[in-house]
Amino acid sequence: MSVLVVVECDGGEVKKSSLEVASYGSQVAQMLGTTATAIAVGEATEANLAKLGEQGIAKVLYDAEPRLKDFVNGAYTKLIATAAQKEDSKLIVLANSNIGAAVGSRLSIRLEASLATNVVALPKTDGGFSVKRGVFSGKAFADVELAGERKIIAVKKNSIEALHEEGKTAQVESFSAQLTDADFADAPKEVVMQDQAGGVLLPEADLVVSGGRGMKGPENWNLIEDLAKALGAATACSKPVSDVDWRPHHEHVGQTGITVSPNLYIACGISGAIQHLAGVNSSKVIVVINKDPEAPFFKAADYGIVGDVFDVLPKLTQAVKELN
Amino acid sequence: MKFLVCISNVPDTTTKITFTPDNKAFNKAGVQFVINPWDEYALTRAIELKEAQGSGTVTVLNVGEADTEPNIRKALAIGADDAIRINAHPKDAFFVAKQIASVAKEGGYDVILMGKESIDYNGFQVHGMVGELLGIPTVAPAMKLDMSGNTATLEREIEGGKEIVEVNAPFVASCQQPMCEPRIPNMRGIMTARTKPLKVVEPTADAPRTEVDTFALPPAKQGVKLIAAENAGELIKLLRNEAKVI
Ligand SMILES: Cc1cc2nc3c(=O)[nH]c(=O)nc-3n(C[C@H](O)[C@H](O)[C@H](O)COP(=O)(O)OP(=O)(O)OC[C@H]3O[C@@H](n4cnc5c(N)ncnc54)[C@H](O)[C@@H]3O)c2cc1C
Ligand SMILES: Cc1cc2nc3c(=O)[nH]c(=O)nc-3n(C[C@H](O)[C@H](O)[C@H](O)COP(=O)(O)OP(=O)(O)OC[C@H]3O[C@@H](n4cnc5c(N)ncnc54)[C@H](O)[C@@H]3O)c2cc1C
Repeated sequence: MSVLVVVECDGGEVKKSSLEVASYGSQVAQMLGTTATAIAVGEATEANLAKLGEQGIAKVLYDAEPRLKDFVNGAYTKLIATAAQKEDSKLIVLANSNIGAAVGSRLSIRLEASLATNVVALPKTDGGFSVKRGVFSGKAFADVELAGERKIIAVKKNSIEALHEEGKTAQVESFSAQLTDADFADAPKEVVMQDQAGGVLLPEADLVVSGGRGMKGPENWNLIEDLAKALGAATACSKPVSDVDWRPHHEHVGQTGITVSPNLYIACGISGAIQHLAGVNSSKVIVVINKDPEAPFFKAADYGIVGDVFDVLPKLTQAVKELN
Repeated sequence: MKFLVCISNVPDTTTKITFTPDNKAFNKAGVQFVINPWDEYALTRAIELKEAQGSGTVTVLNVGEADTEPNIRKALAIGADDAIRINAHPKDAFFVAKQIASVAKEGGYDVILMGKESIDYNGFQVHGMVGELLGIPTVAPAMKLDMSGNTATLEREIEGGKEIVEVNAPFVASCQQPMCEPRIPNMRGIMTARTKPLKVVEPTADAPRTEVDTFALPPAKQGVKLIAAENAGELIKLLRNEAKVI
């Protein structure tokens, strides 16, 4: 039996979050005295899949069926279930993404496996099998015991350091799950990608610059975008900002928006309401720029500037440009 | 059409989370419970679609003990027609999904709507499990849902974009904004909710597959390091040399 790792690919490349998932899977495999096999989904190149050896993956299975390029829940579930049977895998590791979690919950029923999503650390295997997962929207953690012979783990982005063992390669094998038209019945009619400022996807971003109501209006967002561009960061916003359409909904972070966990989150003119913090408080470093020294966000911050965003942001952008 | 809307009963979003002294359970003392915010989108959209169709029913379903009934009544006040409570502590996502699937099978619902995730355990699991248990598609998370006859057109959020998905009933969808503007109960709704049927059903014998061992709070921040606005550029140097994040 090997540990089966689901790696998501896009435009030929393995997503960064999936490099973390692969590293997680290979480390658990080592703990269990076995090897890790990856099953790739999405558009991948053989060379990039072979490089998963650097994350400790021994073998990669890849089904070149062209309709698997975009996410199709039914087809992905069958593909992964078939790979799990072939590899006799008792443990499947995937990303806690809109793909990974959606497939993971279906797989858990089909394979009669226990499932933990939002997992932030390697399992404890002394005596049982438990994982630490985020609960209460980032406000707490729980150690959860997984019962049964088969288990599925969805790993939260940026909670595991990706391994990089230079030069190691994985063996890439073509694989077919014999998918039929019926497996593609829930295929999307159309996929629409949004323009991301600077081309950085918010859920995958390492650096995020975010604006709140203190930015005063959409006409001032160039200040946020300039800093983001200089840093190579994605842009985000608070809920009221997307509610009034200053920014698109997909940039809204928080309890009722998306959860991000970048290395750096810069909050500009955001007060730091508890529902906003829930979406960002697992960021490694938080910077807050707010003119009100009493703004609650400062309590959750690592660095802060008490000042006017219209004065501070251009200075930061300038400083980044000088540094590079 | 018959709509089934699943709601979970969760601590209000402003709740300061604490645990019992042994860290084995969530401390409910003094906590206000609300309908899971995402489930409000599911509920309101179901009511809107029923109204647009001019016929049909919206049933709300909760797996929970008797203390969830105020929020079930609230869902009835917002406009659901009847309610079912499965009388059990919701032990984990699998247990909850089995209960929902068993009710759904019996009731023959066309559309099963849920929230994106429950803000207490953040599973993002129940909708996928219910879809698989019933052998029908699940679209999660959905930002838009329109029905034309038996066919639904949904927008599903993906990292960095959206997909347009078409499915035929029966199906499961998990809802999030900007699907609709969640409704709040009005006086007439509150009055009529009192007499709407709320059926209590005993759970199936399924065992949960996961169990929380202990809870923990995140480590406290060290305290903020302030940089004077005049020296804003200094921050960038600290981020590079001290925090090493850029
Ligand atoms: C059920 C529920 C769910 C919610 N979910 C979310 C969520 O997911 N995400 C979310 O963000 N919110 C959410 N909210 C809303 C949340 O409670 C706050 O209202 C919101 O986060 C405030 O947004 P803000 O910080 O941009 O605006 P404000 O609270 O208005 O703060 C603006 C800040 O900008 C500062 N400021 C003003 N001018 C300047 C200047 N020139 N320079 C520097 N600073 C300046 C002010 O001092 C202030 O601190 C939710 C609320 C509820 C009830
Ligand atoms: C005091 C208390 C303690 C709890 N302890 C635990 C625990 O230790 N471990 C644990 O896993 N769960 C526990 N729960 C249950 C938890 O509230 C959830 O109902 C259940 O675990 C599913 O959570 P999830 O995050 O996986 O749901 P998700 O998959 O995130 O939920 C998605 C959607 O499913 C529907 N849904 C979820 N739960 C219910 C429900 N109960 N009834 C009807 N529809 C529902 C909603 O539409 C929701 O938006 C506890 C609940 C309470 C009140």
